[in-house]
Parts: sequence; structure tokens; C-alpha cells
Amino acid sequence: MTAALSPYAQTMGFVATRDDEDRIILLMDFDDDKSGRPGFIHGGALAGLLETTAYMTVIEVVGEGPRLKPINCTMTYMRAGVEKRTYARATIERLGKRIANVEVIAWQEDPNKPIAMAQINVLIDRAVQPASENLRP
Amino acid sequence: MLDLPLGADPTVFVRLALARGHCQLLNLSLSHYGDDWCELTMPYAARLAGDTESGIIASGPIFALLDMASGMSIGFANGALKPRVTLDLRVDYLRPAKPGSAIIGRSHCYRRTKSVAFVRGFAHDGDAERPVAQMAGTFMFIEDTPETEQP
Repeated sequence: MTAALSPYAQTMGFVATRDDEDRIILLMDFDDDKSGRPGFIHGGALAGLLETTAYMTVIEVVGEGPRLKPINCTMTYMRAGVEKRTYARATIERLGKRIANVEVIAWQEDPNKPIAMAQINVLIDRAVQPASENLRP
Repeated sequence: MLDLPLGADPTVFVRLALARGHCQLLNLSLSHYGDDWCELTMPYAARLAGDTESGIIASGPIFALLDMASGMSIGFANGALKPRVTLDLRVDYLRPAKPGSAIIGRSHCYRRTKSVAFVRGFAHDGDAERPVAQMAGTFMFIEDTPETEQP
């Protein structure tokens, strides 16, 4: 069971799937909605994919109860994303009571040749709070 | 390298660039600009929310808004649209944006070398004194040739 996609993730057409090791993989197919300079994926669309992958991977571990709040995201762009399907996979480097440190990579042809990586910190809010104070992926 | 001068009215080119692709999806528009900075506006849209219940905008669109404002601010600083790619970009999410409010993303290109541009900026939802996000990034100027490997 994989956590439900947010309205943003649905707007972007992200698709959640699993690899051979049962890890969450998010897919993003290329179309005009994701294009930046002609022929290439927009860096912001890629960031959205990597953040969503991070949040879904953390939700899988902590469950649907706690609210996740993004603290920050540092994107490093390594290769240009071209007009192809992009894959993303997150690794939780450390899971604490309140903080998850997550690293995410995106690739197109070969996971060993990532086009971008993200270092993402997420606050895990286990207290029940008014909805307006909360932010989900 | 092909440099496109911004011309007498630099906003024409910017508006064209914003009217397509991911920028069009986010409905970005140019609200203010100067010699080395600019401000883009992203109207609120429920389909960009990170959560149906709260309606709070997801982090992805805010990142994209600041990424785009960064690139544009470099264009204004250069007085030309030099082809460039994002090297890295960091966004700190300081507080949730108010559901229903437009988000304004501002970037200042404060340093350019021959190959690298440095930017910083922030995003707010109405009060620039209370930003919802803070941003810092670097961009690299590239040759305008089709390639899959960044320098």
C-alpha cells in the first residue's frame, strides 16, 4: 500500500510504483507541463518529483498519522533531463522522532547516472494540530 | 554562444518564456523587475495543493517559482538571455503559505562571473516581511547546443 498522491502530485501526473526490492519509485512522463527550456525538463518540476518521492517514502515508514512539514530541499542538478520518462527513489538517511533526513535521486536511463539529486529534511509532527498549520506533500 | 539581447522592452521575452511549459502550468507572471532582480507571481490553485484537506500549496510549486525567478533575475542582470542551467538550488520552507493567497517569488542575482551566476531570494504570500520560503542558488552559463551532459 502506497500513500495517496496529493492534488499537486496528481496535477503533475506522478505515478507511484515499486522496484524489485519493494522500494517506492515515482515516475514522471515528459510532456509540455514539465518542460523548461525547449527540449528539457524544468528544474522546478524535477524538484517537485523528488520532494514528493521523499514525502511518500517517509509516510510509508511513519504511517498516515503524523503530519509531515517540509523544512528544506537542496537540489543538485547533474545532467540535463531530456524528453523522456524520469524515475525517482528516496533513501531515508536517518529517521528520528521529529526529523527525517532524506536523499533522493532522479534518473532517466540508468540509476547510476542520476540527472539530479536532492537532500531533503522533513519535520514529522506527531501532535494533532489544526489543519491550517499543517503541510502535507 | 547565442546571446539574445532583451531589447527595449525586456518584459516581452520574459512573458513569452512564462507562457509555456511548466511556467504555464503554474500560471506564473512577471510582476516587478529591476536591473538585477525580478518578482514573479503564482496565483493560488487548489490543484497545486500538497493536501486536499488544508489546501496549502505543495512545496514543489514554490521551488519551481523561485527557480524560475532566479533564471529571470540573471537574464535581467545580463541584459540578455544567455543559455544557462541550474547547478544547485536550496529552498527553506519557513511557514505554510495561506491557502487562497497568491505567492510572490523574488530573486536577486547578486554576483556573476564568466561562467557562474549566484542568486538569492524569497517567497511570500502578501507580506514580504514574513516570507514563506528563503532561497539560494547557483547557475552556470552554457553553450547553446543540444547536449545531454551538463558541463
